Amino acid sequence: MRAAMKLFPRGRLRLAPRITLALMLGPVLAGLAGTLAPAFGLVPMPDAPPGLAAFRQLADWPGLRPAAVLSLTTGLASTALALAITLAVLALLQGTRAFALLLRLLSPLLAVPHAAVALGLAFLLAPSGWIARALSPWATGWHAPPDLLTLNDPAGLALVAGLVAKEVPFLLLMALAALPQTDAPRRRMVAATLGYGTAAGWAYTVLPALYRQMRLPVYAVLAYAMTVVDMAMILGPTRPPTLAVQITLWMTDPSLAQRGMAAAAALLQLALVVGALLAWRAAELLAKRLLICRAMAGRRGLALDGWLGPLAGLLAALAVAAVALGLAGLAVWSVAGLWQFPDALPETLTLNTWSRAAPDLQAATTLTLGLAALATATAIALVLACLEAEARHGLRPTTRALWLLYLPLIVPQIAFLPGLQFLALVTGAEGTALAVAAAHLVFVLPYVFLSLAPPWRAWDGRTATAAATLGASPFRIFWHLRLPMLLRPVLTAAAVGVAVSVGQYLPTLLIGGGRVVTLTTEAVALSSGGNRRIIGTYALLQMALPALAFAMAIALPALVFRNRRGMAVAA
Amino acid sequence: MTGLVLDNLLVTSGDTTWVALHTTVARGEVLTIMGPSGTGKSTLLAAIIGTLAPAFRMTGKVLLDGVDVTDRPTRARRIGLLFQDDVLFPHLSVGGNLAFALPASIRGRRARRDRIATALVQAGLAGFADRDPATLSGGQRARVALMRTLLAEPRALLLDEPFSRLDADLRAQIRSFVLTRARDEGLPVILVTHDAEDARAAAGRILSPLGKELPKKPQGVEGNATLAR
Repeated sequence: MRAAMKLFPRGRLRLAPRITLALMLGPVLAGLAGTLAPAFGLVPMPDAPPGLAAFRQLADWPGLRPAAVLSLTTGLASTALALAITLAVLALLQGTRAFALLLRLLSPLLAVPHAAVALGLAFLLAPSGWIARALSPWATGWHAPPDLLTLNDPAGLALVAGLVAKEVPFLLLMALAALPQTDAPRRRMVAATLGYGTAAGWAYTVLPALYRQMRLPVYAVLAYAMTVVDMAMILGPTRPPTLAVQITLWMTDPSLAQRGMAAAAALLQLALVVGALLAWRAAELLAKRLLICRAMAGRRGLALDGWLGPLAGLLAALAVAAVALGLAGLAVWSVAGLWQFPDALPETLTLNTWSRAAPDLQAATTLTLGLAALATATAIALVLACLEAEARHGLRPTTRALWLLYLPLIVPQIAFLPGLQFLALVTGAEGTALAVAAAHLVFVLPYVFLSLAPPWRAWDGRTATAAATLGASPFRIFWHLRLPMLLRPVLTAAAVGVAVSVGQYLPTLLIGGGRVVTLTTEAVALSSGGNRRIIGTYALLQMALPALAFAMAIALPALVFRNRRGMAVAA
Repeated sequence: MTGLVLDNLLVTSGDTTWVALHTTVARGEVLTIMGPSGTGKSTLLAAIIGTLAPAFRMTGKVLLDGVDVTDRPTRARRIGLLFQDDVLFPHLSVGGNLAFALPASIRGRRARRDRIATALVQAGLAGFADRDPATLSGGQRARVALMRTLLAEPRALLLDEPFSRLDADLRAQIRSFVLTRARDEGLPVILVTHDAEDARAAAGRILSPLGKELPKKPQGVEGNATLAR
């Protein structure tokens, strides 16, 4: 009897992983189904009989080929470049002061939403941006902004730059999380004593073990880079835009006539991503063979170290500087009075922009915060329930579970959000803040889980055993020991959740039906208008909210545990 | 029947037998289990408190003062455990650590605070209630850990090499403090160690995890050597 109770403990905690998966994957699968139906004309709509009409209409669009090619080239190029920079930095700069500085900047860099990075970069690169101003007129002879396509260039170079700047910190974080499991210091030492160059030795001995654990984040980056909408709207080409941007334009067309074509294009986009992932996998296998070949040949690769280290450092510094300067540019524009070309700084500073935009800013900030709080609180509760169920019932995380967790990050938003919007329309949920928060949850959940699970699992289990021998119940152990002891990682995960929610553009736009206006949707919408002062205010606030969340995640535990040396951050 | 009874306790995994014990530890008695690391000492402790990993198979019973506790969860067994290191909760004060252990049946802020103050006096740590555990010395932490264990009012005490992280002088001092307090409370004690000095100081029976009687005075020989199988 008692044994049976031990085997099947009461409580609904066991259901937590299933509920979490359902909330996360349900929308993805339902959205994909909702995209399939209109693409094949299975939904009663004007001018859309069942069949392949939508696809024929899509094929007739002259921009299809260049848009699809752009999606592939910008996605693959930015991912390859970001990965190369990350790996080179890890191989060659670890232990240097530059690396320590980069580590310190990692969290702030990660917290900046994609749209803010893109807007900042646009202010740098634009013909009237800071770079042109810094060089004019003494070097360029320009007295007026030149008529050059430095932004929205047809090849998508500005977009690639923006993506690289945003994805290097993410890949670096993922790599640093995986690195301790690779026995890197000893392997490096063995390689060095055998006469290998630093980069080559690292690639032969550490990289294989490291990459195995970085694969899912890399896939997520590739899928994201191919299908990003907000960044591509701000930095990417316009005629035609990338496929994802074009789908969004069709989806938000008030006439509804292009929904079928949009759904068909979304399926094409999904196929492109799947194809690119397969190609990437093939490239991985090729790279592995090549690496083994070179290792077997005993190529010491000493010549690599001389130039690869400085180059990686330079590119990483460039990425950091681009983000930092871009954000500084946003800040200056938001308080700029008269600011003529080619002056590097405005003639006068004023708070006029802020005070004029204050009512709109306040409304958008409140809504953004509310959505972030709702999605993050739900995600934290669910993830804690999952992790606690795992701990109490001795469940082990499987590789399959990890794949499911990454699914919302790998299946492109643009492929399933149109379907989800369609379902939201049918059920009447479209345009409500609650539906938008639920859509945010799909993307907040995996990031919160990825952020919280490692420290939660690494907690010393003897604490729980010690408490149990003192007569403490699992409930008490959770609330009085594990949760307070893990306050810092929990708050950090919450800050990650806030950053993810605040940064969401496409879910807010599509599920909100244009009626849920957040800082992000407004900043992106304003970006085409060109009022840089207003854009600056929105982008700054959009960046400030996650930054505030991260600051609280650092300050609050430090305050609560100010008299507890054992709770200080390990140096 | 009082004391801690290990009734045909057998713990195996695959073909390996880790624990095979059939013995009674009377109230106030100290039974020493000796063996080098990796020979089932911590497996035995996990079996007694009920935290065996699923990979292990256990048969037999654990009885405490005549009551079968084998199927009870750890928290309901009333068996205290002192770890190799103190496992004080870093986010609670010294007093908070002790209060965590004090049964909820002792009600009233005042009564609880008095019990904790008394315990601290007994440990020679009067007035330490508000201290941060991280600021205590190794010996002070060890004493707090013991008082925490005793405040939960256990009916038996397990010691998992509880002195191995302390340096030699302190070790003898803390060891005698722990063993004296345990005897005063009349607790059956199982001491797990690989150190001959600990075993000698405990002055009781010495068994291997497989129930083999070991000589009481393995003097001049390291525990590891005497137990080579």
